[in-house]
Amino acid sequence: MTDQILQSLAAPANPNIPELRAGDVVSVHVRIKEGNRERIQEFKGTVIRLRKGGQDANFTVRRIASNGVGVERTFLLRSPRVDKVVVERHSKTRRAQLYFMRELTGKKTRLKQKFN
Amino acid sequence: MLKGLIGKKIGMTQFFDENGVAYAVTLIEAGPCYVTQIRRPEKEGYSAVQLGFGETHPKRLTGGELGHLKAANLPPLRILREFRTKTPDVSVGDVVKVDVFSPGERVDVIGTSKGKGFAGGVKRYHFRGGPKTHGQSDRHRAPGSNSSGTTPGRVYKGSRRPGHMGDERVTAQSLKVMLVDVERNLIGVHGAVPGPKGGLVVINEARKQ
Repeated sequence: MTDQILQSLAAPANPNIPELRAGDVVSVHVRIKEGNRERIQEFKGTVIRLRKGGQDANFTVRRIASNGVGVERTFLLRSPRVDKVVVERHSKTRRAQLYFMRELTGKKTRLKQKFN
Repeated sequence: MLKGLIGKKIGMTQFFDENGVAYAVTLIEAGPCYVTQIRRPEKEGYSAVQLGFGETHPKRLTGGELGHLKAANLPPLRILREFRTKTPDVSVGDVVKVDVFSPGERVDVIGTSKGKGFAGGVKRYHFRGGPKTHGQSDRHRAPGSNSSGTTPGRVYKGSRRPGHMGDERVTAQSLKVMLVDVERNLIGVHGAVPGPKGGLVVINEARKQ
């Protein structure tokens, strides 16, 4: 009963976010409000983690910024701020959380592409 | 209008505002509460309103409780709580619903925190514990010293020591009301509320506005 009430009030999942998998190379378009102007910022990287289930389901995208600095950003799956997510390629991964990517740099961060 | 409700904690969820900012929201199923008695300075020596909540089977109540409610011509109610107010502008039998609060208002929510059992100093008072390395044994979560030596020769009362934690009355102050649903008797407040899901909570107007 209590779960039903929670469910009924939950924000709907953002329809602009497709099914994601760990290892996907994605470009996340985020709406950003600056004063009263709204623009779209793109964040492109690899999905290293999906946390599904519950109201605060989210996914984390990692990318290497300038000077080889790793940047990770976590997006809520229900967030209305995410304008769209474009999946550019899938990768073959052997685990669900790709935390090992944090230790790798350069060519070692490549993942094997999966075609389907 | 009297601003007070008795309710049951449903659980937590997340709301987004128009800017896409996420807010943690606790849902409470509150009311409908019935005014069961008005306490007056002339009779009881102080001024308050007694509210009842949670209809139940008459067999669940004692004869005294039943008689008290019957006098007010009300159904059997499981929980009775008093709300202090200088001007009781309600009368016995009135129904108080969640619409006494509106979104944006601040409320205090009183609940009974989850019991943690007998807890050590680290968990109960955020003591740092002992060093983790350098040959320590059995000192990792020890509370350390709790007093001075020969003077005063005793431990002061009220010293922070291990003991029972939780399962006590806790007030979460100045929570913003995020949602009011009269149809389903639901109220949503910003932030966490003491106690488990299904726990009894009392909602008051915020003391510190």
